Amino acid sequence: MRPFNLSGIGGFLAKQGILVAFALFIIGFTIANERFLAPDNIMGVVRSSAILGVMALGVTFVVISGNLDLSVGSMMSFATIVVLDLHDQIGPALAIPSMYAMVLCLGAFIGFLVGYLKLNSLIVTLGMLSAIHGLTLTYSGGKNMDIADKEGTWFSMFGQSDALGIPIPILLFALVASVLGIVLAKTPFGRKVYAVGGNGTAATFSGIQRARVVFTCYLMSAFCVATAGLIQASRSLGSQNTVGQGLELEVLAAVILGGASLLGGSGTIFKTVIGVLILGFIQNGLLLVGLQFYVQYVVTWIIIILAVWLDVAAKRGKLWSPIA
Amino acid sequence: MEPGTLSTFLKRGAIWGFIVVELLFFSIAGEYLSLSNKAFMDLDNMLLLFKQSAPIGIIAIGMTIIMVNGNIDLSVGATFALSAIVLLNSMTWPVFAGLGDGVIPIAWALALVTGILLGALNGLIVWKTGVDAFIVTLGSMLGYRGLVFMYNGEQPTSHLNWTLVDFAEAQFMGLHTATWFLLVVTAVIWFVMNRTVHGRNAYAIGDNRTAAINAGIRVGPHMMINFMIIGFLASLSAVVFYSESGSVNPNDGELYELWVITAVVLGGTKLTGGAGSVLSTLGGVLAIQLLRKGLGHIGADTETVNLVIGLILIAVLFLDRQLNLKGREALRI
Repeated sequence: MRPFNLSGIGGFLAKQGILVAFALFIIGFTIANERFLAPDNIMGVVRSSAILGVMALGVTFVVISGNLDLSVGSMMSFATIVVLDLHDQIGPALAIPSMYAMVLCLGAFIGFLVGYLKLNSLIVTLGMLSAIHGLTLTYSGGKNMDIADKEGTWFSMFGQSDALGIPIPILLFALVASVLGIVLAKTPFGRKVYAVGGNGTAATFSGIQRARVVFTCYLMSAFCVATAGLIQASRSLGSQNTVGQGLELEVLAAVILGGASLLGGSGTIFKTVIGVLILGFIQNGLLLVGLQFYVQYVVTWIIIILAVWLDVAAKRGKLWSPIA
Repeated sequence: MEPGTLSTFLKRGAIWGFIVVELLFFSIAGEYLSLSNKAFMDLDNMLLLFKQSAPIGIIAIGMTIIMVNGNIDLSVGATFALSAIVLLNSMTWPVFAGLGDGVIPIAWALALVTGILLGALNGLIVWKTGVDAFIVTLGSMLGYRGLVFMYNGEQPTSHLNWTLVDFAEAQFMGLHTATWFLLVVTAVIWFVMNRTVHGRNAYAIGDNRTAAINAGIRVGPHMMINFMIIGFLASLSAVVFYSESGSVNPNDGELYELWVITAVVLGGTKLTGGAGSVLSTLGGVLAIQLLRKGLGHIGADTETVNLVIGLILIAVLFLDRQLNLKGREALRI
């Protein structure tokens, strides 16, 4: 078989394939519908991607450290329900920090199980997906949660207001992304995350406290989830118990699309943001050219497989797998 | 007793022991807490339990062999829904209009072939691209769900065939049709995994892929066959279930993959591959269903079921690791 040429066009496609695909999509959709690149459309897409995006930022840390987090969907439902309930009971100013504290406790619990007890993260977070869903239902008694006075509360600003002409959800997404991006790329902690995910044993031998790094990654994921829940709650001011259901796999799809390896040790915040935006723009573009929303599922499927395949192929230098 | 025998015994028998504990607990607690005056271990109740376990159980048996092989399949829920749609929709196709009830075997065959093809596609991609099965099936979970929606939009697909409903509700030797399917599937897959070359190779591949390749085992075809089997079983589960209910929503089967994996892990199958037993998975499926029924029986909110199952899953993982650690320490001495 011809070796896969890493320096040629194929190699460039494999390394930067996701950006090329993104560019092609934008060109294609712009030709199909000139409204696609209109500023208000772009703003709308980023705004509706913000919730998924903020969650994906935290999961990026977890994935780079070599673990998985399948519990973010139910945790987001929990955050939304709790903050809406507390809003009417103790007021928004106290409700928000209380909600953050509760969600961070859940994150700390998962971090303890995966980091310090070294349990398999897939099963732990699968269990927590179920457990937190149960917790949410028990908390709300199975009912939908609504804010009593929807007009008179400043709580709606996180999801509905603008600042400097930019919607607040986008600003929050950008803020969290830049802070976490700097933490991951420029601080000793960020480097430890890569080290732990790349080769855990080597990291331990070089004096990195693996358990503490993993624990902190789950805390960050929980923080992001709480922020996503805040935006969701503030945008709708009322919610079902299942608002985040299924998001965990979409979030993971965005992170993988951004090029993070599930084995850990690779991925960046910037690429995850690109992955999130690709998902958002594909969804929007397909709707604008008049296709149903579910066509995006099929397109996402093809893109994920192609993106990861090219990535894997570039690493091993061969297009087809060596498996007999 | 040899060192390690006790822990092996504990691990193998743990799930059945857990079922016995559940039965005892719910029977005794039911005496005091239940609103109904029927005993929990009532025969009809237990028969119903088997029947209700069947849809998840049949898929879980397939997931066991996928996980023994070191892979995972997240697309089973979508495969389940798509097969159900093919089953119900094909019975109304004008081509088969003159066949009467003769359409039933054709519709079954079409649905099962759909499942096998979807599984084969997953297997082929895993085999040929070398992309991790988790990512491949995460993608196809979305993709197959998209196909489900494309088939009939957001509308439910319905078709009731009374002959089929009678068949699905029939009881043979006391057991429901669905139960028979679950038991037969368990027996057949047990045979495949324990008495055939394919089964032994599947364990070998999951345990140590490099060693398996060096021993001359062709890894790819075995993985593909396993994906075809789970596709077949996911559609068989749909066939059994929707023959009776006759109507499928486009988001039916969502989160099935997570329930199935929970049952398989509860049965003691390792995510890393190479270990696991079909019979223990059956135990895991029954344990979860018992928990659901039992908590309902003693009047607990249905909400708490999710909480309890999640925490038990984590507890099982923890205990399993502790037992394994003990075994390893004994070896070192």
